[in-house]
Amino acid sequence: MSVQGYQRKLDLENGRVDLSHGAGGRAMAQLISSLFHRAFGNEWLARCNDQSAFDVATGKMVMTTDGYVVSPLFFPGGNIGSLAVHGTINDVVMSGARPLYLSASFIIEEGFPLSDLKTIADSMGAAARGAGVYIIAGDTKVVERGKADGLFISTTGIGALAHGFDLSADKAMVGDRVLVSGSLGDHGVAIMSKRQNVAFQTEIVSDSAALHDLVAVMIAAGGAGIRVMRDPTRGGLAATLNEIAHQSGLGFRLQEAAIPVKAAVAATCELLGLDPIHVANEGKLVAIVAPDLADAVLAAMKAHPLGRDAADIGETVADDHKFVQIATSFGGGRIVDWLSGEQLPRIC
Amino acid sequence: MRYTDEFRDKTLAQGLAAAISAEADRQKAYRFMEFCGGHTHAISRYGLEDLLPANVRMIHGPGCPVCVLPASRIDMAIRLVERPEVTLCVYGDLIRAPGSQGQSLLRAKALGADIRMVYSTLDVIRIAEQAPSREVVFFAIGFETTTPPTAVMIRIAEKKRLKRLSVFCNHVLTPSAMQSILENPKIRNIGGAAIDGFVGPAHVSTIIGTQPYELLAEQFGKPIVIAGFEPLDVMQAILMLVRQVNKDRYDVENQYSRAVRREGNRRAKDEVSQAFEPREQFEWRGLGFVPNSGLKLKRAYARFDAEARFAMHELRVADNPACECCAILRGAKRPVDCKLFGTLCTPETPIGSCMVSSEGACAAYWTYGRVRDDQVRRTS
Repeated sequence: MSVQGYQRKLDLENGRVDLSHGAGGRAMAQLISSLFHRAFGNEWLARCNDQSAFDVATGKMVMTTDGYVVSPLFFPGGNIGSLAVHGTINDVVMSGARPLYLSASFIIEEGFPLSDLKTIADSMGAAARGAGVYIIAGDTKVVERGKADGLFISTTGIGALAHGFDLSADKAMVGDRVLVSGSLGDHGVAIMSKRQNVAFQTEIVSDSAALHDLVAVMIAAGGAGIRVMRDPTRGGLAATLNEIAHQSGLGFRLQEAAIPVKAAVAATCELLGLDPIHVANEGKLVAIVAPDLADAVLAAMKAHPLGRDAADIGETVADDHKFVQIATSFGGGRIVDWLSGEQLPRIC
Repeated sequence: MRYTDEFRDKTLAQGLAAAISAEADRQKAYRFMEFCGGHTHAISRYGLEDLLPANVRMIHGPGCPVCVLPASRIDMAIRLVERPEVTLCVYGDLIRAPGSQGQSLLRAKALGADIRMVYSTLDVIRIAEQAPSREVVFFAIGFETTTPPTAVMIRIAEKKRLKRLSVFCNHVLTPSAMQSILENPKIRNIGGAAIDGFVGPAHVSTIIGTQPYELLAEQFGKPIVIAGFEPLDVMQAILMLVRQVNKDRYDVENQYSRAVRREGNRRAKDEVSQAFEPREQFEWRGLGFVPNSGLKLKRAYARFDAEARFAMHELRVADNPACECCAILRGAKRPVDCKLFGTLCTPETPIGSCMVSSEGACAAYWTYGRVRDDQVRRTS
């Protein structure tokens, strides 16, 4: 008999997570090694320490953290795992930094299928490898049934920022151009199409993607001419531009006709009484760019697969109110405000 | 997008705007009320008022189903859903509508009430089927457009023998509200000049047709142009109203002829009249108690009537005295005339119901209209 004793293999096909998988004992060790380590596989995790040590780059370090509580966990174009990796990488790279390492913390509801957990962990591993990033620390907790909506994931990301590079919303200046990297609202509509109370058929898939490479080509083309970058996730483009307006003390003037929205997304929003500029994205960015470099940055974006549909949608303007204004395709004007809560459909 | 872009064409809009400017008599002020929240939304969303000459003014009417629902009915729903056996199904933005004392269904939900947002009455059927032990109540609101789906839901529930599904009925009738507006002397005379005409309902008219407005137009001598919810529809309707006013005509005209017939949708009307009958009176926020303006379930369907099933008591709730929703809903005041607008009352903390739905006059003005007002102030 070996010192370790006999342990039944984890049933990754039909098994379920139970409370023992979070209790710190052998079951937890087994879950971590046969599911997470296998999916994330790297030299740091292989050493099985409570922490991972890594070399520090010259220049500044960048750190961000985000929790993922998406419902449903699986949606067209991805799942909570790929989303948790892409989303946190994107928050790192919006500073202009190169993403390096991630940590991942899992809160799993008792009874969660191990097969689903494996699929999610595998897509996290694939998403991280695709971006050249390592998941080097993690944590697993199991909570009783009803205490979590299946699975929550928190990821923290660390990146390295080259010397002298400093993107920040307060750097925006009057006359800067506003660029978006592609069509808006894809992720939100893909998620909505699978929600229980509004399920509908659509070919739209989430745009969930890591934007490190797109950002690299943009920086190569625009350098310090890129003043601000943001990924317009929850609240969509409208929330992101309102945030930048408040941080910079400027207003925006956008051209509605220039804002890229896929026909199927526009149609869905029309039907549900939503506005695509309030709908979430997970693989898009907004860049505020100096006017003399905007064309070069836009050309670089369009040459990249993740920026093919990039567009120049407007400019920053002096405005004490810090309003985001939009010239409608119809010839009138309106303000685009933050939403007060979730975007709710109109009745009529 | 086909069938929508055609109705949002900028060049056609400019043509209509030019025609309105050319034909509107400069010596005259034109005040048109768009009754429906859908029109208010379109006017704000597309910035239509930027395209109108200064002497053509739009007054935002009470046609937003969330906005006209009095706080008392919200309070009644909150009391109902406090019962542990009740699951309450509601349409979209009703969930944020303010009851009394800062209560709302959203808050009740946070406190543990079982409230579900639905897109269609078929969702309610599904919820009732999935939870047969729950008392599933549909919080039915809206004008004639949303009433037929409620009637159909009751018919299906009957067929499927869903014994624990009921309706908290708040359906209201458009022509009665228009009559109430026109009969009220305060409203008929806004700042010395009356409402000169109505942009009539779009979706409501697909159900009831144009005929019910004929008596109103005749009785009060006001032109009514039924219009679609697309921006070009609204522009064209305004032009048609200007032309009627110029010729002292007060006819019911149908701009929305692609969807509306004089007799309306007979099938839908039959569904409604089978299940519902008028209430003697119903309370509207802004209009008070209006005779024959609401619907209730017929006696034959009493078992589906949540008010009877749960012995719900009518409540009386006084609105915040400073809130001008009443005057705004009647078109007697504009959102900026209210002391609470943008101070205590914002979309985050709505005091009055006009600030809740994006169709509400205050919310639409807050979201889309402030900047234009600001620019007007700066240039004048």
